[in-house]
Amino acid sequence: MLSSKRALTFGAGALASALALAACSSGNVSTDSGSGGGDAGGKVTLNLATVNNGQMKDMEKLKTEYESANPGTTVNFQVMEEGDLRAAVTADVASGAGQYDVVTIGAYETPQWGANGWLVDLTDSLKSDSSYDVDDILPPVRDVNTYDNKLFAVPFYGESSILMYNKDVLSKAGVTLGDSPTWQEVADAAKKVNSADMSGICMRGKPGWGDLFAPLTTVIQTFGGNWYDDQWNATVDTPEWKEAVTFYKTMLDTSGEKDPVSYSFNECLTALKEGKAAMWADASVAASMLEADDSPVKGKMGYAHMPVNKTQQSGWLWSWNLAIPSSTKNKDAALKFVKWATSKDYIKLVGQKIGWSNVPPGSRTSTYEIPEYKEAAAAYAPITLDVMSSVNPKQPGVNPQGWVGIQYVSIPEFQDVGNQCAQLVADYIAGRGSVDDALAKCQSLAQAAGDKHKS
Amino acid sequence: MSVTELDTVKAEAATEPRRVNKRELWSARGLLLPAVIFLILLTQVPFVVTIVYSSLKWNLLYPNDRGFTGFDNYKSALTSGDLWPSIVATVLITAFSVILSVVIGMLFAILLDREFRGRAIARTLMITPFLVMPAAASLIWKYSMFDTNIGILNWLSRALHLPVVSWSTEHPMLSVVIVLTWQFTPFMMLILLAGLQGQDKGILEAAQVDGAGTWRTFTWITLPHLRMYIEIGVLLGSVIILQVFDPIAILTKGTGGTKTLAYLLYERAFIGLDVGQAAAYGVVTVILTIIVATVALRTLFKVFMAGGSR
Repeated sequence: MLSSKRALTFGAGALASALALAACSSGNVSTDSGSGGGDAGGKVTLNLATVNNGQMKDMEKLKTEYESANPGTTVNFQVMEEGDLRAAVTADVASGAGQYDVVTIGAYETPQWGANGWLVDLTDSLKSDSSYDVDDILPPVRDVNTYDNKLFAVPFYGESSILMYNKDVLSKAGVTLGDSPTWQEVADAAKKVNSADMSGICMRGKPGWGDLFAPLTTVIQTFGGNWYDDQWNATVDTPEWKEAVTFYKTMLDTSGEKDPVSYSFNECLTALKEGKAAMWADASVAASMLEADDSPVKGKMGYAHMPVNKTQQSGWLWSWNLAIPSSTKNKDAALKFVKWATSKDYIKLVGQKIGWSNVPPGSRTSTYEIPEYKEAAAAYAPITLDVMSSVNPKQPGVNPQGWVGIQYVSIPEFQDVGNQCAQLVADYIAGRGSVDDALAKCQSLAQAAGDKHKS
Repeated sequence: MSVTELDTVKAEAATEPRRVNKRELWSARGLLLPAVIFLILLTQVPFVVTIVYSSLKWNLLYPNDRGFTGFDNYKSALTSGDLWPSIVATVLITAFSVILSVVIGMLFAILLDREFRGRAIARTLMITPFLVMPAAASLIWKYSMFDTNIGILNWLSRALHLPVVSWSTEHPMLSVVIVLTWQFTPFMMLILLAGLQGQDKGILEAAQVDGAGTWRTFTWITLPHLRMYIEIGVLLGSVIILQVFDPIAILTKGTGGTKTLAYLLYERAFIGLDVGQAAAYGVVTVILTIIVATVALRTLFKVFMAGGSR
């Protein structure tokens, strides 16, 4: 009697847990199909992975405009640091996990991912929409996002790099800089204005190929070095590299920010705004933030071409783009959002709601024809366009190279190689190792990656 | 008469419960089964999968180039020269952080183990750092403590006319250890405080009557009593800090000898995007952890045993 009762209890318990499991799994299934079939007009949640720069944060502020114009659509922003974003998005898209419906990717990724078939081809759907006007997107930026004549991503903004300096501080020290200064002139100027309260120059030092190595690669290229020659032989252990890296460290030591390992774009931006640094060579998009209404240095800044040594130009060409992974379940809704976020109307919306100096630059030619923007961005819009049209992504350095791109090498291994080399160089900058050791190790890492691309 | 009756009843009962016990045991096992299956699915299956991955050539950047490579991933993991510095970094960071937080935690536990007004508030405030999320704690330290322009530490050294310290650049390991110590001191304090409050006050009074001073009472009575609690604290602290990731990712990015095994794994998997190699590193890490757990910790605790009277 007792035993049968127990058996019954056990049976009931097992049944109950089986039911509970079944309920759980069926619950999951129904939510999945709910979001998957959302295109039909039901509720859609778009997961957008993006980078934590000011322009992207503005988009997050304006997403309610899109959501109220498209009832039923919720846009879920996942804002990350550049390095984290790259890692998270690459892992998701490469494994086809489908966590993100819209991803923010750099010009470095677009051609490679397009070749792998990870991205939705946008060419036809954008060309057929005359109000979107795809030809209005700046040609060089459109080119770096095209692979095999297919447009795989649209720029949210494009940028080059420029030199930004506090005019007041420099003129007080009796320093004048021309429109196209050399690195030596800039290093001398930085030394002159350097003081206990204000560092002469702020440069990225945070280890990471997208952090430290973005400006450092352009310095190396204008000093005559490069990652590879046109035969994919690594050329890191060359005198040109050593000269450039030593120059970078010496400049940081004598007049740079105190804690370079902690500094990248956002930290330098804060330092410039707070008057803790006098000069800064970095992305041109920073100019619009320095000239924003809430910036303490608004109107005090001067802008020049990226400093050079052996080349005529040393600015990089970079764009942050929106792309749709092939693994998304909400392709139509994602496309609609991407069109909205990169449209002419969105640019005007940012101007009206947030401020004309916050308009995302470097994506559309028409942006530079808006009278309000021309007025608000008078200090830096002309130089941005000028630099972006004069850089040559096919051969940024002294010697020819086997890929298209300026501060990066468009091979998949580059982020790993660049990242490890950045740690080695960061150890050298911090005084924990010699430049020769760092470059020798970096050379062997780069060569191992280059060997895979030799034909 | 009554005695024999009792005996027979006992004899009957002796066979019945055994059978019932067996049944009870099986039904208990049956009830546990879903949980056990769940646990195996959640912990053991991923580990087996990791071992399988570690024998594959699988880089996410080359989705079409996948295959079996045997022990190649282990070979490259062991010969790349990344593993040993990473083990050293992990051991040093864990050891320093655990030792410092035990010492400081002991200090605070002794201070809190007495009656005073607002003790509950003080205790809650002391625990707070442990409740802050690790990433948030690291960000707080990066910007409001270590920063050269706006950090409190450098504001202090400027006020005292001392040179400004570039924490993350010049002292990467120390920065990480400081953040971890700040986080884990409350954890150690809580465990040790529990130990202190479980101490028999009568023994302490007896020691006082016998003329033992505060220091002697502490070293000869309190410390041996706390040994077990210290062991638990060290063990749990080591297990948690061994897998530390956040302060390294946020403060140093693995430079200056702070690339712990967890960070190395992250780099191989999420920056190198080499699933096979990352899995091999993971398996090596598990093996090393098991060795450390069985050999090192036992030796460590023997030292404790020899010193005490238990």
